[in-house]
Amino acid sequence: MGMTVPELEKKASALRLNIIKMIGVGQKGHLGGSFSLAEIVSVLYFYKMKHDPKNPHWEDRDRFLLSKGHAALVQYAALAEAGYFSIEEIKKVKCLGAMLQGHPDMLTTPGIEANTGSLGQGLSLACGMAAGLRLDGRKNRVYCIVGDGEIAEGQIWEAAMTASFYKLDNLTAVLDKNNLQATGAIKERYDTNPLAEKWKAFGWYVTEMDGHNVREIMDVLDNVDDIRDQPKIIIAHTIKGKGLPFAENNVAFHNGELTQEQYEKACADLMS
Amino acid sequence: MQNPRQVYGETLLELGRKNTNIVVLEADLSKSTMTCLFEKEFPERFFEMGIGEANMTSFAGGLSLTGKVAFTNSFAVFAAGRSYDQIRQGVSIPKLNVKIVGSSAGLSDFGDGATHQSVEDVAIMRAIPNMTVLVPVDGIETRKMTQKIAEYHGPAYMRVNRQDLPDLFPIDQEYVIGKSYLIHEGHDVAIFACGVMVSKAVQAAERLKTEGISVRVVNVSSLKPTNEDDIKKFASGVKGVVTAEEHSLIGGLASVITYILRGSGTPIVPIGIEDEFGQSAHDYEELLADYKLTVENIISSVKKLFY
Repeated sequence: MGMTVPELEKKASALRLNIIKMIGVGQKGHLGGSFSLAEIVSVLYFYKMKHDPKNPHWEDRDRFLLSKGHAALVQYAALAEAGYFSIEEIKKVKCLGAMLQGHPDMLTTPGIEANTGSLGQGLSLACGMAAGLRLDGRKNRVYCIVGDGEIAEGQIWEAAMTASFYKLDNLTAVLDKNNLQATGAIKERYDTNPLAEKWKAFGWYVTEMDGHNVREIMDVLDNVDDIRDQPKIIIAHTIKGKGLPFAENNVAFHNGELTQEQYEKACADLMS
Repeated sequence: MQNPRQVYGETLLELGRKNTNIVVLEADLSKSTMTCLFEKEFPERFFEMGIGEANMTSFAGGLSLTGKVAFTNSFAVFAAGRSYDQIRQGVSIPKLNVKIVGSSAGLSDFGDGATHQSVEDVAIMRAIPNMTVLVPVDGIETRKMTQKIAEYHGPAYMRVNRQDLPDLFPIDQEYVIGKSYLIHEGHDVAIFACGVMVSKAVQAAERLKTEGISVRVVNVSSLKPTNEDDIKKFASGVKGVVTAEEHSLIGGLASVITYILRGSGTPIVPIGIEDEFGQSAHDYEELLADYKLTVENIISSVKKLFY
């Protein structure tokens, strides 16, 4: 893999376009929190992670877990782009019997590592994976995406203690700080801030980045590789719905529908 | 007499010696669940997860995704209750290889009261698709069951009594998940029992024999799956059936047997805990008696089938 910055930026747009196609017109879909992750997921799948779409269970692969499982569409888009399955599958997302379920399902979808969606559990799963890989002396890394709304779940902090207690330095979490939860602004609805101070207090190495700046994402992900004896978390400053002006910072698109007009506008914008 | 917790701890250690993929997770009860035996010999494969059952369960799921056979341990009330959603979502939906061992189950932690006594753990676990639910009758079966669930790929829940139990499972009998086992021959009435209630059923059968009533006692240790043919076979040719369990009458053995025998016309008298919680007592037997989980109640229930 190892794409360049312009290629990765283009890939992020391709992921967004695929997400729009998956949501379609008049159907609900988690657009906002998928769009906020487009650059991060693009860099992980097409630059950073070791993985093999032709061999999803390759033992030396890095692992990607979406603890905020409702953003499944962005991962489906990346898996399809990477060649884990036919791009045709994305048209069937959430159809009865489809490979692509509403939330990630490792039994139906090649490339999905765990079942997530009940929020707060993915980080614990990622910790267990990291511990298991280390037990076998493997060098694989585990990447786990958590949401800034999701971290209201107490289990996140149980996992946070576990990761630092067991010094899981093969685990990197990315916190998608898009500042909105389903019903409004996190600061107003249920403030999970301050973030950096909390994670530092739980024993994590904490750094921050612009979650839409591909160059910066690449650098930060590379830099944390060398941090030893601590789990790492990257607080990614993002915009929910990023890339579609009508959806940006708009809570209606947490799990919203697109009109025909919005759909066409989105396709045109993302293809340009 | 053997203590099932002790046997479980020793079996886990034996399994750990044979299979380096066995990992054990604990929520600060290792001296009670007896996983301390495993910890002592294999500290690197033992994960103390602190007093956090939810995280322990999902963490075990993560370990299983790297090829480990993960045993999580806590009291049954917490194993099933505090981790329900983690078991459901992250473990059972994808059929992960996680074994949930609920220790000090039922009323067997007699002193600690309602908060620590599990009257509904079997019901909760049975309701989860893909879950196997097992209740060993004694130390012998605990050992065989532990070995079997370690071999079986998928989620399983095993409910372990805190107190010593008399040996009833034939030592040479192979244990198979799903099967029910005849413990005492008889032809007038069949008692389907599990856990501590099997030994009480056997005592009841022996006393009834002196009164000329012949009672068959069956150990239904696999509450999911339960081989329906076994139950129908053991229920055939009798006047009726008694079920006996140290668990709520909702969702446990009584539910299993009445469901399997539906439409057969077989009279069934269920013995179990009514829709209520446990409470503290100074003695296990005293507590069981308060919930009518006694030899005497089994005897009178059998006799009801004759009138």
